[in-house]
Amino acid sequence: MIEGILIGLTTALTFQNILMVMVGCFFGTIIGMLPGLGPMTAIALMIPITYGFDPATGLILMAGVYYGAVFGGSTSSILLNAPGVPGTVATSFDGYPMAQQGKAGKALAIAAWSSFAGGTLSAIYLLFMAPSLSKVSLSFRSPDYFALMILGLTAIAAFSSKGQFLKAMMMVVLGLMLASIGQDSLSDITRFTFDNMNLTDGISFVLVVMATFAMSEALTIILKRNDPTSAAKQVSLTELGSIRINKEERKKMYKTIPRSSVIGFLIGVLPGAGATIASFLAYGMERNVVNDEEKEKFGKGSVNGLSAPETANNAACSGSFVPMLTLGIPGSGTTAVMLGALLGFGVQPGPRLYMTNPEIFWSIIMSMYIGMVILLILNLPLIPYIARILAVPKNYLIPLILFFSVTGIYVMSFNNFDIYLMIGIAVVATFLRLYDFPMPPLILAFVLGGLMEENLRRSLLLSNGSWEFLWDRTLTACILVTTILIIIWHIYKTFKKKN
Amino acid sequence: MNINTTKIISLLFFVFSAFYLYTAYQIQVFAFDENAPFNARTFPIYLGYAGLFFSGLKLILPDPNNIKVDHKNLEYKKTGILILIAIIYGATILKVGYFLTTSLFLFTSYYFLGERRWILMFLLSFPFVAAFMYLLHGILDIYLRDPFLQSIGVMG
Repeated sequence: MIEGILIGLTTALTFQNILMVMVGCFFGTIIGMLPGLGPMTAIALMIPITYGFDPATGLILMAGVYYGAVFGGSTSSILLNAPGVPGTVATSFDGYPMAQQGKAGKALAIAAWSSFAGGTLSAIYLLFMAPSLSKVSLSFRSPDYFALMILGLTAIAAFSSKGQFLKAMMMVVLGLMLASIGQDSLSDITRFTFDNMNLTDGISFVLVVMATFAMSEALTIILKRNDPTSAAKQVSLTELGSIRINKEERKKMYKTIPRSSVIGFLIGVLPGAGATIASFLAYGMERNVVNDEEKEKFGKGSVNGLSAPETANNAACSGSFVPMLTLGIPGSGTTAVMLGALLGFGVQPGPRLYMTNPEIFWSIIMSMYIGMVILLILNLPLIPYIARILAVPKNYLIPLILFFSVTGIYVMSFNNFDIYLMIGIAVVATFLRLYDFPMPPLILAFVLGGLMEENLRRSLLLSNGSWEFLWDRTLTACILVTTILIIIWHIYKTFKKKN
Repeated sequence: MNINTTKIISLLFFVFSAFYLYTAYQIQVFAFDENAPFNARTFPIYLGYAGLFFSGLKLILPDPNNIKVDHKNLEYKKTGILILIAIIYGATILKVGYFLTTSLFLFTSYYFLGERRWILMFLLSFPFVAAFMYLLHGILDIYLRDPFLQSIGVMG
């Protein structure tokens, strides 16, 4: 392995490859900040360029773009409450409130350091555990995935503060209902389309997230403009752009980062699970782990609440390379695009990759770490300037948020219907937000809806319609027991508080 | 039972779930799939019942955290105008083109939100959209349909 690491370092540390990581991180960050353009689009845009290089350099460039785009997505989540990709939705729960309190620079710095730490730790895990973890990821079956989705949705208990559990569950069901619109993935039968061709392919994630987060946030700000309780806090540009993290905040991050990186990496290793579930689970777990005083701060700008999903989503990004490189199974949509590029280079991923092409395998792992360092060096000095977006007066900022939301949908579909649908969902979401119906559970359910149905279908078909699959396998049973324990713990805590 | 807006929303969600469930039962599946352990309507049916269950519980159980919204302080007029402008923007973007409609959308939105610094309003609409279009269309090679710019020969 030492020989492999040295081969990787020699390849990754050439001038050309370092330059590629820098270019990748820079463009990835810019593209990731644009609405509707996530890491998948960013990498897809880079594929034609990478074919001019050797496979290792091409993949190093794509890995740089990947990390950059994930960080860029976090930036728009924190500053505008507009997560462009599912993996950064959880970042907005505490990042956006923190930015609204005039601590945008600090929020971005916490995100940058957490991403860096999450990526670094997962690169270390990857270095030592990649081959053995690929076997673990293969042992996951449909019932386990289904149970994992249920566990992910149970994490909504973490988002629903006192007395909001039922509201959160209603939002979960609504999210799953929205996800069920369109063609059934197996039989191609259309559902809930009411003969409208525009709904045949279902509703896109970007549309729902832009409507429920960015657009409805903008509408809520206008709606509550005269509300004395929501008067904006006036902050100086220096305070807004300050990236200083104090000792107490650092102490919180030291505890959060290791546990979130483990969750992120392990979830990332599972094919199909990816950064979204990882970030939501890390957020939920963190909320359950911290003390009551800190728990109260969740959703209002908690350092732990921001650090956990940011660490986990970056760790999951690295984790998703395990099934791709060792088994040839992409762990996420983004790695699927990268797998296509790899095959285009004539490289066949699989267990023999690190024997037949060790320079590719190890240079990707090494360049991941170098990519993390470069991403941090590039982005930290820019944070004070990026944070000043929030200093733009609301009269300009609100139309610009609406413009970014509409553009995100427009470049995806070139369809008026999608824009009307987005406005419609945004109006309903604004009304629901007025009465404290939480939006994060809706988004998580929407993202997981398709996967959940798919895994339930497989499980029920394999068990001939019996629900015994839920306790037939030890792993499934363990995940479900964890879910039940979380619910019981949540109910117990609620009753304890009431008494 | 105390009737408040949250309860009314729950009632609406209950009705919506009932309608969803009814529609789920109407989904046409293949004849050979009709009695299969899982078909296209299985999951939606579960969802329909889950919706009825949770909204029903919310309706029945007491609501200790009743949210009161002071409607007098809410800016319904401005929000309504902004939504209307967004709808007009959505309706014209394909026919007129990205540049003109987006620029006009931004300009009118600034105006209705109370802005009167005309030069800044102009700079943050027309030139801003042009620069953004250049980034997307010119640099990132993302196609943006624009009949207006095509008709005047600016865009190929």
